[in-house]
Amino acid sequence: MVFGLDEEHRMWRDTIRELVDKELAPKAEEVDKRGEFPWDNLEILSKHQLLGTDVPEEYGGAGSDTLAHVIALEEVARVCPSTSVIMTTQALALCPFLLAGTEGHKRRCVIPLAQGKVLGSFGLTEQGAGSDAAAISTTAVLDGNEYVLNGTKCFITNAGISEIYTVMAMTDKAKRTRGISAFLVEKGTEGFSFGKEEDKMGMRGSVTRELIFEDCRVPKENLIGEEGEGFILAMKCFDRTRPGVGAQGVGIAQGALTEAINYAKGRVQFGQPISNLQGIQFMLVDMATQVEAARALVWKAASLIDQGDRDVTKFSAMAKMFATDVAMKVTVDAVQIFGGYGYMRDYPVERYMRDAKITQIWEGTNQIQKLVIARQILR
Amino acid sequence: MVDFELSEEQKAIRDTVRKFVKNEMMPVAGDYDESAEFPLEVMQKAFEIGVLNAEVPTEYGGGGLGCMDEVLIAEEISYGCVGMSSSMLCNSLALMPILIGGTEEQKKKFLPTICDQKEVKFNSFCLTEPGAGSDAAAVATTARLDGDEYVINGNKCFITNGAYASQYTVVASTDREKKHRGLSLFVVPSGPGISIGKKEDKMGMRASNTVEVIFEDVRVPKENLIGNEGDGFKITMMTLDRTRPLIAAYGVGVSRRAFDEVIEYSTEREQFGRPIAMHQEIQFRLADIAKDIEVGRAITWYAAWLVDQGKGREASKVCAIAKTFCCDMAMGITTDVVQIFGGYGYMKDYPVEKLMRDAKLLQIYEGTQEVQRMVIASEILRRG
Repeated sequence: MVFGLDEEHRMWRDTIRELVDKELAPKAEEVDKRGEFPWDNLEILSKHQLLGTDVPEEYGGAGSDTLAHVIALEEVARVCPSTSVIMTTQALALCPFLLAGTEGHKRRCVIPLAQGKVLGSFGLTEQGAGSDAAAISTTAVLDGNEYVLNGTKCFITNAGISEIYTVMAMTDKAKRTRGISAFLVEKGTEGFSFGKEEDKMGMRGSVTRELIFEDCRVPKENLIGEEGEGFILAMKCFDRTRPGVGAQGVGIAQGALTEAINYAKGRVQFGQPISNLQGIQFMLVDMATQVEAARALVWKAASLIDQGDRDVTKFSAMAKMFATDVAMKVTVDAVQIFGGYGYMRDYPVERYMRDAKITQIWEGTNQIQKLVIARQILR
Repeated sequence: MVDFELSEEQKAIRDTVRKFVKNEMMPVAGDYDESAEFPLEVMQKAFEIGVLNAEVPTEYGGGGLGCMDEVLIAEEISYGCVGMSSSMLCNSLALMPILIGGTEEQKKKFLPTICDQKEVKFNSFCLTEPGAGSDAAAVATTARLDGDEYVINGNKCFITNGAYASQYTVVASTDREKKHRGLSLFVVPSGPGISIGKKEDKMGMRASNTVEVIFEDVRVPKENLIGNEGDGFKITMMTLDRTRPLIAAYGVGVSRRAFDEVIEYSTEREQFGRPIAMHQEIQFRLADIAKDIEVGRAITWYAAWLVDQGKGREASKVCAIAKTFCCDMAMGITTDVVQIFGGYGYMKDYPVEKLMRDAKLLQIYEGTQEVQRMVIASEILRRG
């Protein structure tokens, strides 16, 4: 059993670290203030194969492993959480094709997504189906050689700017969760439009909109996997992508922690750097320890995926839940350490605090993660 | 004899303010949060119904109320918008040194100019500096006696209502060698030499005006010194003690708002075939929120009562306890309420993410949570 990174992963991390510090960090404040999708950052991610780190080479990826993917995700999130959302969203969008798509799907969709040539979105959530994902009411009715989709998805990341959408729809309502199927829908398809853009607390460089399907016809070849397998497919995808959200949490926490440590060392009050004051010092200790524990759990979950371990579901959920809870706590404490300055938008920590909150909510709220874990530990 | 019942007058005050909050504050709070414009109209209306200057005696134009009464007001207005509340009750902080340490003549001179006017007037409290945050004693603004006047020079930062104040209560050093024993308090009317610097762009409490105030050779008559030279730190600490219950009340108000919002949402929002409030996890969290709010309000009322009873040292300790408890509670509750709202909670068209952004400053200003613990520790470890 080896806990440290091997040489290959360590070099990978150092390379990405240098890249993000140089290319992404200086723009992070602007990305948040402008509240627009950072196209130039997308180019940087694509150029360095960060949208397909763990995708096989034959499908446009770098052919590396989940561990390398979460390492890179953490570094990007550490300097620009909004940009890290591009990576988590892309990973979720291409996952269904990798797990259940035909060779045609993989060539047509995985390759351009992994290369970052186009963006992808994952369309599951609806107004009446948040945590209760199985309660979706978007329908897909087979009509000759086509499926006809009707319904509205909400809170979809990159809606409107993605080309490729994996959409969950009900093909057989009577079968409930076993009546949900997954479809590829491309932007520009007639009957497929986008709704209002959400004005969010944080992650403001990320676009969040509705998907609207009105008698939207897609060829029956756009069905991913078999009819009725969509829900299970979505759950399998989440198993694989949750450590990534955990890594996002670790990155946000680490970013805030580094800022807090640097500030505490420089800020003098009561005649000394506040890092000398035990109250502050021990707060930083708690933060640092939690970040290490979160990272270890994320790495474990990622490694289990790479090993094809049977405990992936449990560890993925634990990693996501724990690391994002850590992100929330550490960022609130980081603002505290900065004092009044921490509350001002020209300092970076309040942004980390605003960005952290959503990581406890998306890709399955932390309460849903608990349900998933409960099922595993009580088996 | 312990009596938790409010008097008829107190209930009337609370109900009047509650109605004001519903009609005048809540409908506009979101807009002011977005624009970060100062809600002068709302301030004027608040002034007209007696929200401001509540504890200043009536003979000087104030409300003539006690700390407990003002705590009731503070909880209600912070339910509406804690950012606006900070600005509404800013005079309570700034005028308190005059009430504590001022002569009768000074009270007659400096209180009515703020309280007894047709239009709302603001007095800002100027303590904090870039080098003097938690270490308030490190104030470097100077006040030099020159004939019959003091000349004040220095930069204050994070000053609430600074850009709208017509009068400033300023902590300045009259003897740097004496450190905190060399600090003095002055009433400084708006005038030549005072300029407003940077307006802060804040995470939350965005309706509250927060600015730098710069003093360059500002001259005030020596009669504007409150107490004696060297009394400044002591009076400031006494001031902060007495206004702490208001901040604790803000914590209760913002928490109660978050609670009411989440009860409404969680009893209506259905997932898995029933309202999410029926899921035990959510239910237990709601129970914890209700529990904390009750405890927070009780300790805040106790703190305010001690202040009204004049129980100085016990009040000092309990006020710090109340501020610490209620503001930590507010941060936790508002964060968890966003969580219970799920994705909707993160969107600005729902009111709860604002509450979370607003709550954070409660843990920082008027003495950080860490400073509160220093105050508590100092009281509990003191002998005799």
